[in-house]
Amino acid sequence: MGVSKEEVKKVAALSRLYIAENEMDAFAADLGAVVEHAQKLNELDTSDVQPTAHILPVKNVFREDKIKPSMDRELITENAPEKDGGCYIVPRVVE
Amino acid sequence: MPNLTVKEAMENLRCRKLSAEELAGECIKRVKETEGKIEALNTFCEEGALRSAKQADKAFAQGKDFPLLGIPGIIKDNMCTKGLSSTCSSKILCNFSPPYDATVVEKLKGHGYALIGKANMDEFAMGSSTENSAFKKTKNPWDLSRIPGGSSGGSAAAVAAGQALFALGSDTGGSIRQPASYCGVVGLKPTYGVVSRYGLVAFASSLDQIGPLANTVEDAAIVLNAICGHDERDSTSVHMQYPDYTEKLKDGVKGLKIGVPKEYFGEGLDADVKEAIQNAMKAYEDMGAIVEETTLPTFDYALSAYYIISSAEAASNLSRYDGVKYGYRAKDYKDIVDMYYKTRTEGFGAEVKRRIMFGNYVLSSGYYDAYYLKALKVRTLIKRDFDRLFEAYDVILSPTAPAPAFRFGEKSDPMQMYLTDIYTVPVNIAGLPGISLPCSLNAGGLPIGLQLIAKPFDEQNLLKTAYAFERSAGLILEPSLKGGDAK
Repeated sequence: MGVSKEEVKKVAALSRLYIAENEMDAFAADLGAVVEHAQKLNELDTSDVQPTAHILPVKNVFREDKIKPSMDRELITENAPEKDGGCYIVPRVVE
Repeated sequence: MPNLTVKEAMENLRCRKLSAEELAGECIKRVKETEGKIEALNTFCEEGALRSAKQADKAFAQGKDFPLLGIPGIIKDNMCTKGLSSTCSSKILCNFSPPYDATVVEKLKGHGYALIGKANMDEFAMGSSTENSAFKKTKNPWDLSRIPGGSSGGSAAAVAAGQALFALGSDTGGSIRQPASYCGVVGLKPTYGVVSRYGLVAFASSLDQIGPLANTVEDAAIVLNAICGHDERDSTSVHMQYPDYTEKLKDGVKGLKIGVPKEYFGEGLDADVKEAIQNAMKAYEDMGAIVEETTLPTFDYALSAYYIISSAEAASNLSRYDGVKYGYRAKDYKDIVDMYYKTRTEGFGAEVKRRIMFGNYVLSSGYYDAYYLKALKVRTLIKRDFDRLFEAYDVILSPTAPAPAFRFGEKSDPMQMYLTDIYTVPVNIAGLPGISLPCSLNAGGLPIGLQLIAKPFDEQNLLKTAYAFERSAGLILEPSLKGGDAK
């Protein structure tokens, strides 16, 4: 089974992570071991089984559509690495 | 001397045997004596604790009374404490100070507790030894060359060392129960939905639960009373009539049916642990319970299902750490995408990266059905297995962990580390309440934990069963704070 270097590169990109060349093999081996262990699930016949995404029989938890005050904006943006005028500053997104 | 319990402290405060300020002072002194050896805390709130304690004394004088008024506690660093560092032991949140309190923190503040500090943990709760903390390695107070367990290792070690009278931890695959077992304290994971997750930094949303770590079962029940309850800010929290969890503690176990799944006694179980658990089974029989061997056929599949589900949820939950709105942001980047990559690559530790990547792997096109969907179906089977067991039994009994606390660096292989959770993860998959309590000490003086599991929302049966053993065992637990390099 195992996980190839190509697959590591692919999931790293999905995860927005840079993996250095010299770390590739270790990550591939570690991921491969967990994937290998996961094959065990194929021993179980689940053809007629519904998936359980959520363990509680709770659905559609809504609140009343009433406007309430939000958290103070100064407080919310306190931890921002860079901010100005109530906005977060980031590198240019649109060319 | 064994640690002061919450129950005793509550009595002492009310009969004026000591003041809240003196009590906080005792814990602060204990932190100063032990922290150099065990490194359980990321943040120590000496002044804040004394301030809260003084306020508690004023409140008592005014005739106010709440169960946890003036009681010193410690909070795991993945729970938001307003204006106070909450790092999840990660570099990516090393500078984060939340603008709000978690619901559990609000509730404890409402009682007037004294916050001693924020506990160290495995980064983002991913780990079983607290070795994955980006900041420090917490040591087991019973043997400083050994890990305290994880991911709530700081919480467990702090309680064992008497730095506070209780702590809050979080449990996704065993992260309260396993360190409780290794550190010789009581650790309770409530039924999923009983304690609000609002303000708990999310790891795996369908598995995470907050719970207490304490010196006794009664203490754990007292803290559970304080933190449980429906919360409209957590859509997964449950609307129901919450009982007083201390009410039926002393009901005894006569006629109680206890099932012991044989799969928990497979290869890999340490001989001392096996003997300790068998002695516990005998003790329950002596108390009038009916103890029987039973079977949990899907036991072998729980660990894989857990790693697939929790990693997939973690990959999604940890996407928010991008350096934009809060937390660490990389210094040099050429564009926004590079900023995301560099921030996350520099900010996350190796285990977190592994789990995010594995999570994205199992969710990715071509693998989603084979892994993620499959794991969700296996989850249904595991839940059904437990439902069937609970038709025949009131409580399930097992060891908490296959062996006592291991040494630092011993489980360097990720898969080896994951296997230490093998007895605890099925409980999270099925959303059940589970508790670990001290069972005995092995020949080397290391704590061995007993795990009990009950039906959903049946914490009362769980707690009374635990209480009965605790009383009969009469263990006196005093960690030595020796071993390792310490003298």
